Order: sequence, then structure tokens, then C-alpha cells
Amino acid sequence: MAAAIALIFFYAPVDQDGLNQKIFYFHVPIAFTAYACFGWGGWKALRHLWKGDEGADLESYVAIHLGVIFGLLTLVTGSIWARFRWGHWWEWKEDQLVLFLVLFLFYCAYFMLRYSLPAGPQRANLSAVYALFGVALIPVSVLAIRLSQRFIHPVAFNEHGTNMAASQFFTFCVALVAMLALAATMYTVELAGKRLDVHLRELREALQ
Amino acid sequence: MTYFSDVGALARKDLLLELRARDTLPAMLLFVVSTLVVFHFVLPSESSDLAATGLLWVALLFTALLGLSRSFAAEREQGVIDGLVLAPSDRSAIWLGKALSILAFLGLAEVIALPAFALFFRPISAALVGGVVLADLGIAAVGTLLAAMATASRARELLLPLLFLPLAIPIVVGGVGASVSGEPGRYLGLLGLYDALFAIICWASFEYVVTE
Amino acid sequence: MIHARALEKRYDDKRILRGVTFDVAADGFLLVTGPNGAGKTTLLRLCAGLAAPTRGELDVSVDRGRLGFLGHEPLVYRELTALENLDLYGRLYRVSERRERSGMLLERFGLWDARHARAGSFSRGMLQRLALCRVLLHEPSVLLLDEPYSGLDDEGVKLLDRELAERVTRSAFVVATHEPERLEQFASARLALA
Repeated sequence: MAAAIALIFFYAPVDQDGLNQKIFYFHVPIAFTAYACFGWGGWKALRHLWKGDEGADLESYVAIHLGVIFGLLTLVTGSIWARFRWGHWWEWKEDQLVLFLVLFLFYCAYFMLRYSLPAGPQRANLSAVYALFGVALIPVSVLAIRLSQRFIHPVAFNEHGTNMAASQFFTFCVALVAMLALAATMYTVELAGKRLDVHLRELREALQ
Repeated sequence: MTYFSDVGALARKDLLLELRARDTLPAMLLFVVSTLVVFHFVLPSESSDLAATGLLWVALLFTALLGLSRSFAAEREQGVIDGLVLAPSDRSAIWLGKALSILAFLGLAEVIALPAFALFFRPISAALVGGVVLADLGIAAVGTLLAAMATASRARELLLPLLFLPLAIPIVVGGVGASVSGEPGRYLGLLGLYDALFAIICWASFEYVVTE
Repeated sequence: MIHARALEKRYDDKRILRGVTFDVAADGFLLVTGPNGAGKTTLLRLCAGLAAPTRGELDVSVDRGRLGFLGHEPLVYRELTALENLDLYGRLYRVSERRERSGMLLERFGLWDARHARAGSFSRGMLQRLALCRVLLHEPSVLLLDEPYSGLDDEGVKLLDRELAERVTRSAFVVATHEPERLEQFASARLALA
């Protein structure tokens, strides 16, 4: 856990290809991690609905919460990257950024849904269904955004090179693993905290 | 086969309710025409005609939201949703019946809106109409389920647009793309994909939206 | 027909039901009493399947089509007529000869003349009678009734007594009330909620 965080600060000095590239090593792993969180949240939502797993609702919620945090970080790092690359803080031409904006809005609505309902099986069910919608939305949005660029920015624009040198690729992988480890840590911690809350509440009620 | 007879009975019920109450559909019609008029004042002179087409889709989307926010009103106000949920019929029939009635309202609103748009702004193409039809399917399917979700919460009028708009983005992309781009086929394909995927998800998950 | 063991139901942080245990046989009549807020309505909703228990076991061995539920709301559409409402429920519950049955029930509850009137124009008592028609339309084998006499005038009370007397041996009943005296004659078991 602490090792993961140390890793992140450890590899950063390894690559000095300019600030632009360095952000990339944060931005993309964070994005991947956000996807992983949303995917995990969706999986837990499915388990809740389909198998009625106890606690799956809580796990789904924590995963999505984390996903939103990482999603926000994706937008922030992406914005910084856009600043270095194009000179302004936002760029609609970047499919990835636009996608995260849409997902960010979607999952914020997830929280609005959750907060507007009292705790109970109904909230769990509705959250789970909406989380599944989110998972389905991801590929459809990717397609939609790509298609939308055709009529919004008709000039073909594809400088996002993915051929990296071996050392860069290695650094990238280390960064990815570190991010995922960080997310897993945060997930476990937050989940434990929430479970503790639930236990406390149950104890309090049993004493009533 | 009883499934479809259930769906038919429920859709008929919704249409009958609207016929008696006459509140949602006239509001939708007035809203969409008013919005189009507002758009005339919103577009500066050098704006392209295409901007107007984009705005048409905004108008359609918000008109749909207006209709959707009323869609479960009867069930909510009188608690009748319990009556429907208790019946031995499949719960997804409630969704499908309601979605079909919303589709009818949207269609009727568009029968007025599209000619109005052609009158005020620019002629409409067959691809645009095709886009509208496919978009309506997606809006009805997803919107009905989300409207049912929103009725469960206290903040229902606020919640429905928040839940719906991110999901409406692919629909808008598909619709506008079909209307303005040189290759509408791709966008109609996107709409078709969206409709199929989300209709299946809605159909399968509606049960969980109305039960504990 | 219905078996419940240590049922518990919590809404948010409030516990409505706790440790509720009972059995209802196919011809049983469970009378549920208790003050307002004791959880009578919640218990009926659990039996109907409209809510899930937080803890405990609940087994209702009939499927939805054989269950009749009368809640606080009549569960009818105000903009539809009495007959249209019954027709809709008749379809959803796959009632054979639904027109005839609807007509017969409306008549038994004195609503025949109002059959083409919008339910929204009905008085409280008439709505309750219409709700009773709705509940009995599909000949349920389990009847869950929440304060069935509420809103009924003397005439309505007599009609309901007659229906209950006829069905009490053929169906299982769970009836919640805060006037148990009226239903004592039918009760085969009692459950008092705190």
C-alpha cells in the first residue's frame, strides 16, 4: 500500500522527456484505473441484482466513488496535458477527455440518485441498475464521440502516437500498476470504513 | 402472447389517461414550438443553418424530458404502481407499455415540430426524419426507465434530467450527425446500436427498478 | 400458505417490525392489531411482496396471480371509469370472463350505476368499494386487507361482512385493523404488534 505510493514518486524522476510526456504517465494510468473502477462497480452491481450478494451494493458504490475521483483526476491531468500541448486548458478534439467528461457527468448523477433516496433495498437496486447503464454507456460513448468529431472537427486529427520506446513502455506499465495498486488500496480502506459504519449502525439498533 | 396483450392493455391505458386528462401532450406541443421560436432569436445572423439543426435536437430532447417527467405521474400520485407491480404480469410489460405511449406522444409532438422547423429554418431531409425516429426509440426506452427511477426519490423533477442527459449524448450525436453529415448511415447505425443495446438493458432491468 | 419467522423490517434507521413470527393456513384468518405506526401496513406489504424483509424468513406459497392486496390506497386510476379500471386489472390478472365478473362485483358492491363514472368522482366510500371489487376480481386464495372497513358507510360495511363470511373458509386472510371487534367472529389467529 505505502509501497505503491512510493513507487509512484520513485519512477517519476526516471523519465525526463519534458513535462508534456511526464503528465502522460499519470494521465493514462489514471484513466485506465478509472475505467477499472467503473467496471468493477458495474460487476458488483450485476452481482447485487443477479445473485443478491450481500454487501455487493456497498462494494459497487465504493468502486464507483473511487472511479469518480480518478475520473476527476483524469480530467485534471488531461487538462494540464492539453495546456502543455495546445496552449489551452480544454480541448474538445481529445476524444479521451470528452469521454471522461461525459462519464464524469453520468456518475455524478449516480451520486445524486443515491443521495436522494433513503438507504434500503430500493436504493441498492436503483443504483445497481444505473451503474450497469454506465458500463453500457462507455463503449457507446466512445463510438459516439469519435463519430461526433467528424462533424464538429472535420479535419482529421490524430497525433496521439502510441509507439513508445521500450523504456517508456516499461515506465508506463510501472505507472499503471502503481495506479491500480493505489486504487485497490483506497478501495479496501474506504470499503472497510463503510463496513464499519454499517456494523456500528447495526449494533446501535440491536441495543435499541 | 399474454405478454403482448399486457403491454397493449397498459399502453392503451396510458393513451386513454392522456386523452382524458389532456395535460401532457398539449404542453409538449406548445413547448416545442415555443422553443423553436426562441431559437430564432438565439441565432445571430452569421450562424449557419446547421446550427439551427443542432438546436432542433435540443428542442426535441427537452420536449421529451417534459413528457417523461409526467409519464409516471398517475401511478405516483395515487400509488397505483403497486397495483401494477402486484399483478402476475411481467414487470417489464409496465416499462414497454409506458415506453410505447411515450413514443406516441413524442411522435405526435414531432409531427408538429418538424414541419414548424422546416417552416422557420430550413428544409428537413429524409435522413433527419430517420434520425428522429430512431432517436425517439432510444429516448422512450431509456427515458421511461429513468422516469420510473426518479419517481422513487423526493427530488424527482430535478433528478430525471440529471440522470437522462449523459445518456442522451449518444442519441444527440447520432441525430445531429444523421441530419448534417454527408454520410448519415454511420449515425443512423449508432442510433440503431444504442436503441438495441439499451432497450435490452431496460427490458431486463425494469423488474429491479420497481421492486425491492 | 404463509410462514413468517423472526421478520424484521427497517426503513433507513427506523425499525418498523421486529421478531414477527406467524403461520397462516389455507383457510386461516389472521387478525393483525396494534396502534398506528406499529407496522401493520408494513407487514401486509411484506406479505404482498411489495417490500422485502430486512431480516428473517417469509414464505408466501402462492404466486402473484392468486394474491389479493388491499392497501390504504384504492390503487385505481382516477381518470378511468370503474369498469375500465376493473377491465385493466382483469386483463393483467388473466381473469376469465372478466366483463361478467367485473359487472357482477360492481353490482354486489352497489356500484353498478356508477360503472361508467370516472373513479375520480367517487366518494371515499365508493372508492373503497371499488378497491374491494379490484381485490376480489381474480378470486385470490390469499387476501391481504389493510383496514378494509375504512371509509365504508353502514351499507358498505354490510356488503363487506357478507363477502368475508362467504370467503372465509375458502381463502387465507391476513387483515390489519384497529377495530378488531368487527372481525373477531372470523379470526382463527391473532397477532398484536407493539
